[in-house]
Amino acid sequence: MLTKGTVKGIIANLVIVEVDGPVSQNEIAYIDLEGTRLMSEVIKVVGKNVYVQVFESTRGLQVNSTVEFQGHMLEVVLGPGLLERNLDGLENDLDKMEGVFLKRGEYTFPLDEQKEWSFKPLATPGDKVTGGSWLGEVDENFQPHKIMVPFVMKEEYTLKSIVEEGNYNIHHTIAVVTDQAGKEHAITMVQRWPVKVPITTYKEKPRPYRLLETGVRSIDTLNPIVEGGTGFIPGAFGTGKTVLQHAISKQAEADIVIIAACGERANEVVEIFTEFPELIDPHTGRKLMERTIIVANTSNMPVAAREASVYTAMTIGEYYRSMGLKVLLMADSTSRWAQALREMSNRLEELPGPDAFPMDLSSIISNFYGRAGHVTLNNGQEGSITFIGTVSPAGGNLKEPVTENTKKVARCFYALEQDRADKKRYPAINPIESYSKYIEYPEFEEFISEHISDDWIEKVNEAKTRLLRGKEIAEQINILGDDGVPVEYHITFWKSELIDFIVLQQDAFDEIDAVTPIERQKHILDLVTEICRTDFEFDHFNQVADFFKELINIGKQMNYSEFGSERFNHYCNQLKERVSDNQLSVVSA
Amino acid sequence: MAKAFQKIYTKITQITKATCSVKATNVGYDELATVNGKLAQVVKIIGDEVTLQIFEGTEGIPTNAEVIFMGKAPSLKVGEQLSGRFFNAYGDPIDGGPVPEGEERPIGGPSVNPVRRKQPSELIATGIAGIDLNNTLVSGQKIPFFADPDQPFNQVMATVALRAKADKIILGGMGMTNDDYLFFKNVFSNAGALDRIISFMNTTEDPAVERLLVPDMALTAAEYFAVDKNEKVLVLLTDMTSYADALSIVSNRMDQIPSKDSMPGSLYSDLAKIYEKAAQFPTGGSITIVAVTTLSGGDITHAVPDNTGYITEGQLFLRRDSDVGKVIVDPFRSLSRLKQLVQGKKTREDHPQLMNAAVRLYADAANAKTKQENGFDLTDYDERTLSFAKDYSEFILAIDVNLDTEEMLDRTWKLLATYFKPAEVNMKKELVDKYWH
Repeated sequence: MLTKGTVKGIIANLVIVEVDGPVSQNEIAYIDLEGTRLMSEVIKVVGKNVYVQVFESTRGLQVNSTVEFQGHMLEVVLGPGLLERNLDGLENDLDKMEGVFLKRGEYTFPLDEQKEWSFKPLATPGDKVTGGSWLGEVDENFQPHKIMVPFVMKEEYTLKSIVEEGNYNIHHTIAVVTDQAGKEHAITMVQRWPVKVPITTYKEKPRPYRLLETGVRSIDTLNPIVEGGTGFIPGAFGTGKTVLQHAISKQAEADIVIIAACGERANEVVEIFTEFPELIDPHTGRKLMERTIIVANTSNMPVAAREASVYTAMTIGEYYRSMGLKVLLMADSTSRWAQALREMSNRLEELPGPDAFPMDLSSIISNFYGRAGHVTLNNGQEGSITFIGTVSPAGGNLKEPVTENTKKVARCFYALEQDRADKKRYPAINPIESYSKYIEYPEFEEFISEHISDDWIEKVNEAKTRLLRGKEIAEQINILGDDGVPVEYHITFWKSELIDFIVLQQDAFDEIDAVTPIERQKHILDLVTEICRTDFEFDHFNQVADFFKELINIGKQMNYSEFGSERFNHYCNQLKERVSDNQLSVVSA
Repeated sequence: MAKAFQKIYTKITQITKATCSVKATNVGYDELATVNGKLAQVVKIIGDEVTLQIFEGTEGIPTNAEVIFMGKAPSLKVGEQLSGRFFNAYGDPIDGGPVPEGEERPIGGPSVNPVRRKQPSELIATGIAGIDLNNTLVSGQKIPFFADPDQPFNQVMATVALRAKADKIILGGMGMTNDDYLFFKNVFSNAGALDRIISFMNTTEDPAVERLLVPDMALTAAEYFAVDKNEKVLVLLTDMTSYADALSIVSNRMDQIPSKDSMPGSLYSDLAKIYEKAAQFPTGGSITIVAVTTLSGGDITHAVPDNTGYITEGQLFLRRDSDVGKVIVDPFRSLSRLKQLVQGKKTREDHPQLMNAAVRLYADAANAKTKQENGFDLTDYDERTLSFAKDYSEFILAIDVNLDTEEMLDRTWKLLATYFKPAEVNMKKELVDKYWH
């Protein structure tokens, strides 16, 4: 029998409930507000008093209202039809809700219950199966969506029967399995899973090594992220976090893209679902929306559901990873999630940690990032979740708890810099402070030699060194003046500017320049490296600046031209000609 | 809802500077009450002890005060009769006119379902080139001025409001001086715009906590005109820093643990609830919010401007340029995040690239200026950027410029051609070929 309770206290969205039976931590309860059911989650228990956080506004709620506990934690529904959905943080389908305004207590089922899916069995009766085993597949927007034994089924089962190839809706029994005690279990295409528990139906989690192309040069070339990798993008407001996130989610070479809009602007979500149905996935030629799931808990939606939204998104990601797919999960912004934790912790009157955040913030963040990764499934197939979170540091200061704790766990760091943004050097990723740990992995190096070239990493490191050297010289020139340093210094400085303008800077709003495939990135890096390895001779520093500005201008035109086109080749050749006109001699590489 | 509002409670158990607690039953969360005639709102219920926040403050409240619950959350009667009227923070008229009739709606209502929003796409022309050219505003946007108290933000805001071609202008004043209130009243009345103005005013003479109601009042009225009447509504909120100060006073008196700069930990959510009311609705109406966040000595790392910057779609900075002696819209720190939705789409194709090129050159001028100040020789290029920057400041960025967008673009091309060579501007060749004269 499910536990019941009555409301004893209300402080904003924290409600104290006196209960008549057992409850568990994180259990879901519904509070009755004159016929409207408000969903809530247990966050603390003190004797008979249970503290719940309500996922809705508590306006008008009175003491002595009745509460029904549900006997389970916050769960999501998993099944075919999640792609293209616009969900809220609790996995309600936003499109199914009526009216312009959200109504409290309105909960909608995320899947289409009538739609028939064309099911193909993959398993045969007699097979030994367990949670996560593939029983069959349906085609969901051209993705082989695997129908699996529900993850909650932990034992080994024997497949007793499975339906034939045909069209079935999600509630149709497609298979029956027998457990070791001989009991039969019917399996449909839908299953449920508690969001705060990781799905671990895989064999192992090896180190990730395959490049995940994003088409953003300052990521792919300089600080690459890999399939199953983790990264984070801290940046003050106005440094281009959102534009960068959108660029990655549009262009990345992933099967499934999940965007968790966590406590951010609603208009940014509107931008996604206005544009994505029109935009084309550069890798498959299909509509971007077909591979995308949006989990939106915008900043004006209830705070407690904001905390749930990132877990909802991650759980959906794990579901698709178990099908052997490449998932990219973007969360914008993890700071808003941390702030939601802070608001609750504050209402619970817990002793605060740094900046009033809860003391366990660090472990919450690291456990969450830990759920990403590249896995080998029990059947030997591979799947991955690449996770990129943005961080919105208070006052743009990176010495704050969310940034610091994230830095400990994320393997890629893309620091957005105010100064670059002010100078319109977009994307404003600081090339010197940012890093990717993956570039040091031997597995990654091997992959790159095989797929790009042997000398790629050497050239990347060389470019980084030049950028650093350029920055040092810029500082010296600032102190000593243009004529206070030798002309060679100006040449070195301008070589770093050339890398900055041609490789790093990218126009996210230009159709061609916005997305650079890796072959093109190789072409650009090769060309720029060749120029940088050339020795030039100039009499005066003014000539250096004029010469490199000209090169930069030609390089920009090249970046705006279609790869391999006549125009593109024209600008490439023009660059090479201008270089050979001024070169002293080519240093052998 | 159980209507128990005739019952009078008198058992006050606790009084602080902003709140009092009373033994009472059948009380709803967020409900309004009067405590010896002073308006108050329920902020906490534990068993039969109800904590009320008294907007005016608790001065003179006795332990046997009469508490009457009203059975409803704060609300506003919405209707056409709001037009042209001036109200206080409670929605009571302060212009001597009658109490407007209309449908009573609770303020601070639910959020718009994000999938029901439309993408903003309508340009708001202000004539000010520092805004229209570099930081174009779009209907449905929310954007604050970040300004020190001595800067003329109220004047610029009034200009923007009058030129914006809005059906309704709703002014929410928080901690505004009486002089500024009269300034707005005068400007709107001189422009013959009074019939489309609605004002909710909390001046420095009114209790600080009252101003917490102002944004919700203003936005409830705005939602009525934008959703029910499909009108284009412009909401002016000044000054949101005063609003945040009131939040911190309340949270402090409720014994909450402060986070950065003594602000409550929920500051982000509190501000977002207000700003996110800006929206483009599917039926054609829209709410655009232009706000003011005053800074202390230009410090944008303070919790209020910092959280605001993460919520709003950009920010506008005013700065006095000593080289030209005028107030300009600072092109470096100002940003309109929605500008790309209209630039080059609703305006001429060269707009986005030209804007970026000009700002980049202006940044070069700033570097040259640093060099000059440090006593280094300037190159010919440095000299040219400095001359360009001076003209650009005076004829484009200054807030007294009033041009249409095409004129702004033509004027910028002319400045580029005066001081630079085409290869120095780093723009697409097709555009340079077409517009460089």
